[in-house]
Amino acid sequence: MRPTVRFTALFTLTALASTTLAACGSGSGGDPDTVKVSFKQSTDNSIKVMDTYLADIKKQFEKANPGKKVELVPIKAPDSEYYTKLQQMLRSPKTAPDLVYEDTFLINSDITSGYLKPLDEYLAKWKDWDQFIDTAKAAAKGEDGKTYGVPDGTDTRGLWFSKDVFAEAGLPADWQPRTWDDVLAAARAIKEKVPGVVPLNVYTGKPAGEAATMQGFEMLLYGTNDGTTDPLYDKGSKKWIAAGQGFEDSLAFVETVYKEKLGPEVSDALDPNFGTKVRGELLPQGKLGIALDGSWLPQDWLEGSGHEWPEWSRELGLAAMPTQNGQAPGKVSMSGGWTWSIPAKAGNPDLAFEFIKTMQTRANAQKWYIANSGIAVREDVADDPAYVDAQPGIEFFTELVESTHYRPAYPAYPKVSVAIQEAMEGVTTGDMSVGEAARGYDEALKEATDNQVVRK
Amino acid sequence: MTAATPQHTGPGPGPEVRKAPPGPPAPDPARRARSATTRRALFRALPVSPAVILLLLFLAGPIAYCVVIAFTDLQLTGQAEESFVGFENFRRAFQDEAFLNAVWLTLVFTVLSSLIGQNTLGLALASLMQRASKPVRTLTGGIVVTAWVLPEVVAGFLLYAFFRREGTLNAILDWLRLPSQNWLFTLPILAVSFANVWRGTAFSMLVYSAALNEIPKEVTEAAEVDGASGWRRMWHITLPMIRRSIGTNLMLNTLQTLSVFGLIWVMTRGGPSGKSQTLPLFMYEQAFQNSLIGYGTAVALLLLLIGSLFSVVYLRLLRTEV
Repeated sequence: MRPTVRFTALFTLTALASTTLAACGSGSGGDPDTVKVSFKQSTDNSIKVMDTYLADIKKQFEKANPGKKVELVPIKAPDSEYYTKLQQMLRSPKTAPDLVYEDTFLINSDITSGYLKPLDEYLAKWKDWDQFIDTAKAAAKGEDGKTYGVPDGTDTRGLWFSKDVFAEAGLPADWQPRTWDDVLAAARAIKEKVPGVVPLNVYTGKPAGEAATMQGFEMLLYGTNDGTTDPLYDKGSKKWIAAGQGFEDSLAFVETVYKEKLGPEVSDALDPNFGTKVRGELLPQGKLGIALDGSWLPQDWLEGSGHEWPEWSRELGLAAMPTQNGQAPGKVSMSGGWTWSIPAKAGNPDLAFEFIKTMQTRANAQKWYIANSGIAVREDVADDPAYVDAQPGIEFFTELVESTHYRPAYPAYPKVSVAIQEAMEGVTTGDMSVGEAARGYDEALKEATDNQVVRK
Repeated sequence: MTAATPQHTGPGPGPEVRKAPPGPPAPDPARRARSATTRRALFRALPVSPAVILLLLFLAGPIAYCVVIAFTDLQLTGQAEESFVGFENFRRAFQDEAFLNAVWLTLVFTVLSSLIGQNTLGLALASLMQRASKPVRTLTGGIVVTAWVLPEVVAGFLLYAFFRREGTLNAILDWLRLPSQNWLFTLPILAVSFANVWRGTAFSMLVYSAALNEIPKEVTEAAEVDGASGWRRMWHITLPMIRRSIGTNLMLNTLQTLSVFGLIWVMTRGGPSGKSQTLPLFMYEQAFQNSLIGYGTAVALLLLLIGSLFSVVYLRLLRTEV
């Protein structure tokens, strides 16, 4: 009888192992009536903007679709780790959610990997799609011409400055710099006259991730030419552009900020949580003179957001980032944004699109743009005075849309972005001269793009 | 049993034994015995087979999968199909300055924090505690073990708070009117090495405490009677007698230190500019931040190789000393 006993034991063990394993998968495959929605949760515990909004949509959706359920799957991580986690989840039908929140900077890369589902079929039958502005529609378009995401807003970037600090430094409250030198001059004045205040913040280095590339470096680089061509990518030859004069000038600006101690302490600037500190502490406490940052900052200061600071609109001024020497068009902005996408391996794509529709009704979209301090991508909302007046700053940042640039978000872009961050980090710490950092970028660029590099 | 010489064709007892029972040629009892042994061995192996299968599936499986991936250009994103690239990932690693920097820092980190720090300090603590009174022993042991029991992330965060510019250490230095430090930024590899010593010494201390207790009192007393000083007793009596424990401890410590990730990640993320980027962090960066899973896995295999090199050296040292 012993073999039987043993067999039973073995069988039980195997069965046990397989059930435990099956329980590990929390993918979307299981329940046809549940739609799983993954999104990025803020690393700041008191920021619940997206959680609150999605909870509201979930309630609406479940009420309108009896028997259907929404399961929210938040991923609490800094940007770069969020992307990694998401990509790992998207690789298998066992873990892929039904709906994911995708950064447009990564979307082409994920499309190439086959992680996402084209939405053209759904969009053709959805009349609200006509309300979306063309640039926003293009943001989630793959190289194959298909659309892979529905944008939930866009953003622009500019200079935020503390009026109190400016008053103390003897600078005007309606400040609008014409050149980079004007910006540096203001920072130097603050350094001299207002001790204990960080004069100017420019995000830098790998710990800051894409914020360093986009809010920092590209806001400079895209202001070094006449604004009609992309200084990173040559559309004609479909090649990436090696570091030229504009690139070196932008690095030199970053170097000046940190060498002259016009920026935060280098060790603070290279702290991965520095962005949270800028929004949550430095700006509200008047410890930062000028911040080169995104249009979405007030979302952290709205009522119910954790760091309530309704006075920000009186205490902070806004200025457009100038071009290098004040050449036309005079100001620079970068735009990105996020989209809602359906994974290729999602179990309930149809239900997921229904959820997108609920989120993007005119009323819900407007609610989100305002809550998120986003820039509207639906024309009907953008024209609505209720939206324009909902928050100070919306008008300013919406006007920047006409002089804004979009990143060349091709599949190699994320790696190019890291190469830029490395060059920035080099000049920030002083480990590299501008020339060395630029040459290092050229090397890294070749590696990142499979040698698709052109010198201009 | 007599030793069988190579000339013997068949297995089994020697010729003198075979002469004893004269009779018809037996149907080779040896073979029958052997097959019975095999059967018995198989039968005995049966109960452990589930464990073996699980081990193969969940331990050997992923490792084999890793080896396969290391020879591909698999990426986490931005790639339609992966392909085999042979030794390309390894060639690339040895031409990559950041990789060589990571190897160097890994060695520095291991020698500083494991060999010199944890190991020596652990031994020193253990020998001091031998002579200490019981309350002192309990207290010291308790404190040291607490550092060891803390989860890695918590320990990392504590030491980050200790070393950072506005941290505890600078507050103390300020109070003592000493110049302040900014090691997390200027000498990050030293800061994380110190953190690893702080966290890992307890393990060595426990191993050595056990080993020291095993030394017979008579031996030490005899040496004492012969007039050997403390240092000489340590060098000639204690160290040789706990040699095996030293070897085991060194090996465990080194292997663990080689793979430290969380502690460094929490404290510095390998920065600034890669100045504390040891191999596990480099691997993570390549695989998950730069999305180069293939390359990252190849680096992981190289880390495995370095670990096994250390192990071979220690095993050798142990053998020649015995």
